[in-house]
Amino acid sequence: MELLYWNGCPSHAAALTELRAALAELGHPGVQVAISEIASEAQAAQRDFVGSPTIRIAGIDPLPPTPGEPTGLTCRLYRRRDGRHSPTPDPADLREALRRLLPPPTQES
Amino acid sequence: MSFAIGALAPNFTLPDTYANATPLRDVDSPVTAVVFTCNHCPYALAWHERVQAVARDYGPRGVRILQINSNDAERFPHDSLAAMSARVAAGEFASPYLHDATQEVAHAWGAAVTPDVFVLDTDGRLVYHGAPDADYRDESLAAAWLRDALDAALEHRQPDPAQTEPVGCSIKWRP
Repeated sequence: MELLYWNGCPSHAAALTELRAALAELGHPGVQVAISEIASEAQAAQRDFVGSPTIRIAGIDPLPPTPGEPTGLTCRLYRRRDGRHSPTPDPADLREALRRLLPPPTQES
Repeated sequence: MSFAIGALAPNFTLPDTYANATPLRDVDSPVTAVVFTCNHCPYALAWHERVQAVARDYGPRGVRILQINSNDAERFPHDSLAAMSARVAAGEFASPYLHDATQEVAHAWGAAVTPDVFVLDTDGRLVYHGAPDADYRDESLAAAWLRDALDAALEHRQPDPAQTEPVGCSIKWRP
């Protein structure tokens, strides 16, 4: 699992905290999250990075952006389930996506 | 680095989305707030309705709120003048939405993020700089720091706090 971020946006720390909380709650406290900085527009284009933060699970964005969303060094716009704008994913959406994309937890994890 | 609390604000005249030249000062509105904002930033959007509520509440009290988009629309098309105009036409703004295409105003004011709030007193001096309130996630805060600063400016006193840390997306500077 990977968390891509751009340093010009302050939301990645909160996103990481929320991601780790979700992983723990779903029985995956041991899953390693690689933190990768996106530092240039070229890197953003190369990694299909549409904004910070972006989560990838085995290369898949669990909360895919709108098709055609331009890549770039910017904050990513998420929507909460109640319709509000947010710089981080809705925790319920994140949990739902993690359940879908991660294998069922083992007893050790 | 923005100008200091107590300093005179750099003057400007910017076009709104209808190309009307809009000056910083207005004789009918002794107190002015300037909010650097944009169309695509989740922080600016999370605080947006709170700022519009302030514009609606304080307009009749002699306060003018100017909202300015300084982002580079070449790299961020969501911040184009056309996109700004569409939001205004959709009724999303309760006060003028100005276009700082050259980014000169953002540079002169030392704006760094969206949203970045500046409140000027009746003499045009800075009395508050920072965020609208303490938490973009908590709508119940209702832009309390901005409201407190406007109340203070209207009552010719210093707000407390006078300065907070602006939180948001960095302004997208032109290369």
